[in-house]
Amino acid sequence: MAATDTPMKPDGFHPRITAFVCNWCTYTGADLAGTSRLQMASNVRIIRLPCTGRIDHMFIVKAFERGADGVIVSGCHPADCHYTAGNYHARRRFGVFRELMDFMGIDPQRVTFSWVSASEGAKWKDVVNETVARVAELGPFDAYHELAGDTVTGGEPAPGPFEAASGAETPDPLEELEVGR
Amino acid sequence: MKELRDLTRKLLADGDAGVVIGWEEGRRGARPAFITTPDDADKLIFDARCVHNLANYLNPRKPQVKALGKPAVVVKGCDAKAVAGLLREAQLTRDRVILIGVRCGGVVQTPEMPAELTEATVATRCYGCDVREPKLVDHLVGDARPEPPVTAALDRRIAELDALSPRERWQFWTSQLAKCTRCHACRQACPLCHCERCITDKTQPQWIESSSHLRGNFAWHLTRAQHLAGRCVGCGECERACPVGIPLSLINRKLQLVVKDLFDYTVTDDPEVPAPIGAYAVDDKQEFIE
Repeated sequence: MAATDTPMKPDGFHPRITAFVCNWCTYTGADLAGTSRLQMASNVRIIRLPCTGRIDHMFIVKAFERGADGVIVSGCHPADCHYTAGNYHARRRFGVFRELMDFMGIDPQRVTFSWVSASEGAKWKDVVNETVARVAELGPFDAYHELAGDTVTGGEPAPGPFEAASGAETPDPLEELEVGR
Repeated sequence: MKELRDLTRKLLADGDAGVVIGWEEGRRGARPAFITTPDDADKLIFDARCVHNLANYLNPRKPQVKALGKPAVVVKGCDAKAVAGLLREAQLTRDRVILIGVRCGGVVQTPEMPAELTEATVATRCYGCDVREPKLVDHLVGDARPEPPVTAALDRRIAELDALSPRERWQFWTSQLAKCTRCHACRQACPLCHCERCITDKTQPQWIESSSHLRGNFAWHLTRAQHLAGRCVGCGECERACPVGIPLSLINRKLQLVVKDLFDYTVTDDPEVPAPIGAYAVDDKQEFIE
């Protein structure tokens, strides 16, 4: 992959970002960004869902539990929802959840909410790059990952049961893909 | 008091109600009472120690109460808001319950305390009370009581927490939630936690880890708070039930303030007013969305 101008900390921290996106707008927009060959940070793993209305706050919590340093939630602009009102409901829920996270000490800067339509490939690129830059600045979310004292993150996935048994080293998937370089 | 006891006697004698749920004198202050015969009506009391939100017994998760017949429940104004919540969410129909409203002059923090209301003893929920005379009732008893001394202690504490950095808030909440043993007393005590099967009990997929480590505790408390956003009536039963003293009222009150700020919604005893989560307005605030 060609080099991009992904901001990165000198210590080589590659943030892991999970994006929960709506099938009808943002996913198509991200697809457009790809087919338009827009260069953007490759730290984002996209999970496609039918609608932002399907995105539960538990998705964000689970992403953090499983090693995400940041989360993007994105869907159709108001009035554009494929199911008429899913994004309006999501807007209410996440308006509250964002405040709740903030109150509990989870920096809301780690979670980006955005509207990206199917034609906004360029906007998706900006959302991705800005989120990656912001989360890279904040550093790894070890505070959450290490809550139970058993999770290894930050580019070193915890060995699965089979890797551990065979003693084989797990290649760093981020290394392999030259993520964020 | 006589009015309440006479009404109870009448309801039970006429067979209008199978059980009257109110408060009685217990060994450690006031406690909930289930009166099923007219002779027991004189046990009922009502004073500032009657803290319990008896709407909890109308929660459909409590089938043992259903077995006693049609309930008549004594409710304070704030308890009536919880009944309205159950009606709003179709967990209850109005004709299946008799509501006996009591005019309330504030309650103390726990039922063991003496019934003297001072700024130090009054429950935080009495701050800003707008329902000292419940409206959603079939019978209204008791004389009007003087306005309680109010304390904004909860809101002050929230303001203090808000003034901290996210890292300091994180430290505060990790130290609090580290105590949680996941006994789920907060859920059981909540009149509005009425899911037949709570998400924290589900294992396939397991959204919330059931172990009482901080990761599971955070998932649980974030979810509990989020699921009660815009529904919580602020009765504080969760915090009172908590055996390790997690200040859950801080979270609940914070979300009440957030919902007020974002959607201009205050929890009400009118079951016809829709709850804010589950409804929407086209012009909702969206400054947080890029």
